[in-house]
Amino acid sequence: MSANTAIVGAAESDLGVTNASILTLQSQAITRALADAGLSLSDVDGLATSGVSRFSATQVADYLGIQPSWSDSTFAGGSAYEMYIARASQAIAAGQASTIVISFASNQRSARSRSLGGVVETHTPEAQFESPYGPLFPLSYYAMAAQRYMHDYGATRADLAQVAVLAREWALLNPKAFRYDAGPLTVDEVLAAPMMSSPLTTADCCLVTDGGGAVVVTSLERARDLAKPPVQILGYGESTTNTSMSQVPLLPTGAVASGKAAFSLAGLSPSDVDVVALYDSFTITVLLSLEALGFCEPGEAASLVASDRVRPGGDIPLNTSGGGLSYCHPGQYGVLLLVEAVRQLRGEAGARQVSNPQVALAHGTGGILSTHATVLLGVDR
Amino acid sequence: MSEQVLPIPDDITTPWWEATKEGKFLLQTCLECQHVQHYPRAVCIQCAGSQLHWVESAGQGVVDSYTVVHRAPSPAFTAPYVIARVQLSEGPTMLTRIVGAEESELACDLPVTLAWDSLSDGHQLPVFQVINSKQQ
Ligand SMILES: [Zn+2]
Repeated sequence: MSANTAIVGAAESDLGVTNASILTLQSQAITRALADAGLSLSDVDGLATSGVSRFSATQVADYLGIQPSWSDSTFAGGSAYEMYIARASQAIAAGQASTIVISFASNQRSARSRSLGGVVETHTPEAQFESPYGPLFPLSYYAMAAQRYMHDYGATRADLAQVAVLAREWALLNPKAFRYDAGPLTVDEVLAAPMMSSPLTTADCCLVTDGGGAVVVTSLERARDLAKPPVQILGYGESTTNTSMSQVPLLPTGAVASGKAAFSLAGLSPSDVDVVALYDSFTITVLLSLEALGFCEPGEAASLVASDRVRPGGDIPLNTSGGGLSYCHPGQYGVLLLVEAVRQLRGEAGARQVSNPQVALAHGTGGILSTHATVLLGVDR
Repeated sequence: MSEQVLPIPDDITTPWWEATKEGKFLLQTCLECQHVQHYPRAVCIQCAGSQLHWVESAGQGVVDSYTVVHRAPSPAFTAPYVIARVQLSEGPTMLTRIVGAEESELACDLPVTLAWDSLSDGHQLPVFQVINSKQQ
């Protein structure tokens, strides 16, 4: 049984280096997504957003001059936007709201607001028992996951590098991608990039850019009367696993549980998915997520990523926008996974368009493999 | 190292940090179910009991995973250094640092033993060293 809700609008804000404020970028993303749906601000009665201020949804509502009957500011890092799809669908089914905007924007590149050590609040256990050792946050946790993965399955740094090489190949087909003009990337270039937290180099890490996006959710019934063909919300699932670097096993990730729940709700399996959008915060994240979501067996993701199946023309097109590694990474990239999935299902993806996709998967990962949320979307039938 | 990242002990963790001054690495054990946990909490995460007492760790463990940090997060740290997850023989896994080892000596599942690193406030930080390291 699916959710009987649909995404009816999707858009990006300006991306890259914008010199714009967070609220300017939020406004761009939201108004563009509403225009895409043929709706306006006065139609919006639900708002979900994060990363603006302590009162994120309230802040954006105030800025836009709206008083929504439903809001959500769940702060869960980059997977929050996939979580909002679940909550928005439930709120619409419960009659709490009819037109919900999910948005995010950041100016982290222009504002130089990203720090290698992350943000740790002094009253948390991590501040006492982990920060004094000096891990990079989130990087060192993903680095330890990569080290363990390489140990368990005999994978190499070159296997990780293939993920970045693939992302670049797709980005060369996306004029909006930060690396659109950068030319192809090679495994050797990734391996030769400056080491950050071994085994991960700067080229194993996502971009630091400005950017944002928004999607508009409403009931499937109403969606059928709007401007664009509806993209149906078929299933969703999530898992929340850890904030510290020590308390749960590194492998496998919470994506096992989130994926299982989403596929079960949709009545689908990985072989039904025609286009895949995985949060690629780091190269290792993609290998772990492919396995956890069931696209291959544990230990087999490296050979899958090195194959033609995930490249343009393949049967598991992976991160077709160019991903956080080569397209855009504004800090919480999850909303842009949804935007790309919608464009692919509508046939709006230009040179990178996948041939006639029916089902798309968007999978967000937040924090240090902390939060995991999977959404399955489909062409309305 | 300048401007060290210093812990701020609280109602639960003050005895733990005090013990580090005497070179004692404490773990919490549940009186009701005998579960051992670290970091210290107000509750046993196995049985939800609140009768927790301190036992001293044997200071032995194995490396679950590790990473060499090449770019320090702040001036308080001087790269490169080794961050690791160590699983203690008592069960819990903790974040720590491996000291006095070359990168080529490191591996997942490698046995390690407790050492101490002094903090400027008098507390000590439990770190680990490779058993029979070539560096010692
Ligand atoms: Zn207990």
